Amino acid sequence: MRSVLRKRLGAIGLWILTFLLMVIMCVPGLWVVLTAFRPNSEVLAKPAIWIPENPGFGNFAKIFGFGADQIAIPVTAYFMNSLIIALTSTAIALLIGMSGGYAFARYRFRFKNGIFLGLMLSRTVPGIALSLPIFIIWSKIGLIDAKLGLIIVYVAMNVPFTIWLIDGFFRQIPKEMSEAAQVDGCTRWQAFWKIEFPLAKSGIASAGIFAFLTSWNEYALASNLTRSTDSKTLPVGLMDFTSQFTIDWAGMSAMAVIIIIPALILTFLVQKHLIAGLTFGGVKG
Amino acid sequence: MAGISLQNVIKRYGKTEVVHGINLDIAHNEFVVLVGPSGCGKSTTLRMIAGLEDISEGTISIGSEVVNDLPPRKRNISMVFQNYALYPHMSVRENLGFGLKIAKQSEEQIIERVNEAADILGLDELMDRTPAELSGGQRQRVAMGRAIVRHPQAFLFDEPLSNLDAKLRVQMRTEIKKLHQTVRTTVVYVTHDQVEAMTLADRIVVMKDGYIEQVGTPMDVFNHPVNTFVASFIGSPPMNLLPATVTDGLVVFSDGKSLPLPTRLGPLVRDRQEVIFGLRADDLTPVGHGITSGGESAQLTLDVILSEPLGTETILYTNIAGQEAQGKMFGPRDVSPGESMTFDVALDKAHIFDGATGASVRAR
Repeated sequence: MRSVLRKRLGAIGLWILTFLLMVIMCVPGLWVVLTAFRPNSEVLAKPAIWIPENPGFGNFAKIFGFGADQIAIPVTAYFMNSLIIALTSTAIALLIGMSGGYAFARYRFRFKNGIFLGLMLSRTVPGIALSLPIFIIWSKIGLIDAKLGLIIVYVAMNVPFTIWLIDGFFRQIPKEMSEAAQVDGCTRWQAFWKIEFPLAKSGIASAGIFAFLTSWNEYALASNLTRSTDSKTLPVGLMDFTSQFTIDWAGMSAMAVIIIIPALILTFLVQKHLIAGLTFGGVKG
Repeated sequence: MAGISLQNVIKRYGKTEVVHGINLDIAHNEFVVLVGPSGCGKSTTLRMIAGLEDISEGTISIGSEVVNDLPPRKRNISMVFQNYALYPHMSVRENLGFGLKIAKQSEEQIIERVNEAADILGLDELMDRTPAELSGGQRQRVAMGRAIVRHPQAFLFDEPLSNLDAKLRVQMRTEIKKLHQTVRTTVVYVTHDQVEAMTLADRIVVMKDGYIEQVGTPMDVFNHPVNTFVASFIGSPPMNLLPATVTDGLVVFSDGKSLPLPTRLGPLVRDRQEVIFGLRADDLTPVGHGITSGGESAQLTLDVILSEPLGTETILYTNIAGQEAQGKMFGPRDVSPGESMTFDVALDKAHIFDGATGASVRAR
């Protein structure tokens, strides 16, 4: 009896702990979302007003340029820049990640371990430490304030991770799968697309989400390398809400919500592909 | 007609040579088993036949065609892997039909062939399951089904039973043999299990360290091993191999005990030759507990160290000249350790190998 009670209490304790941790993690996000729907006057109120008293879409209308007190922020342009840059860099990082990951998982070649280690070490350098060299080089070759400039930077940031993750997934797939497919009549290429790729799908999807979110949310480098609506991304656009003496917290929050939504949608869409362990059962007894 | 022929096939990984010039002709519809301890090059040889490994030197032909440079898909062979390598994201039906689909066969053709294979292997009720939902034996059967649907020129098996438990292994062994009798095709089968090799093969190829030691029918390899390696590898328990010296028509062991030189082998050895006397446990039997062959025999009195009752027979561990030797007691009774027994030695079944090279004196 006693031990049952103890187990129960333990479980309840864990739940409370989990709840507290979740609160700590979620409250700032929740605050941003709530603030997006309240007038600026409520934001700085003392004592704090938690639940908006006059909720509305005013902030969104404002930043999209509707209504009386509009602020001229080219949200659509920023959004398109972000989308183009994030999608393109993700696609390239995935392509390189897949080829690289496959090569590391399947082939033996000279300096393999060294190259792999080098890739991983490149992740240990904080991106911001590279901002000055990148800025200088980009300005010399005219990539400042160009989408391509950011795309290259993001690909470089993401490739080590995508290779590492995808390599792990290909490693889990026994090489006999591809061999069996080749004996069954596939070319090496067909064996990859019909057998190994579907089995590594969940890993590739995870790598894709990660790469997308990294590019989508990146601020530090983007703020250095962009100037105008030609290339400014949404996170950089947030700074448009600060002026010399004031910060439009409500407008900024509304914009933050706009940034969060696509990321959320994407994560939910891809989530169902994140079922790992698909290879289990194909081999051994 | 599709035999398989290997001529002087060499495989190197970098500078290490692992298969040293193998020559082997496999006849059409023949069931050949490559057997040997791990690292003997048997799997590598099979994978070279499949086209999954390059050949460093030599030629491999399937049928009349040299396949050295053909990729696996153009060799018209199928292969059953040790870990089955079923496609986990496909149902049994899709697994079976995959090769045909790749070969762009018509829908009806695929259904017909898949059903035919399912019939042969009794897979009908499993067709819509995925590999994860199958037991080991069922997976094994699906893997074989995937091999037969394509009506290949040859089947290659790479240790297909080693992941199964002992009982299932025996059962699947029989199924493979039956399958070969139903679907008559050339089979190359790799195993490290000499029992599998003996029971399945038309011909056994015993390999060691990248060389072929002996090729022959199971009975041939069992009865006439060409050297001590084959003698100890084939047969269970392994053949007793006892160092001895030939002296005046006697085989004298190091402790002075001796046996008459088998008359059949007498002319093949020199006096004073260092030899290894080979005797299977079946041919070292306590008096009254043997299978009388009526051939030439002699007797030895030995102390039993240990006995292992197996039911129909008991394995007796004894010691001849400091060397462990196993005998068999047919129609067994209880034996107590330390008991001294007189054994019949079937000299007509004995083997003599050269002491230095290990080669059978009959081989020359």
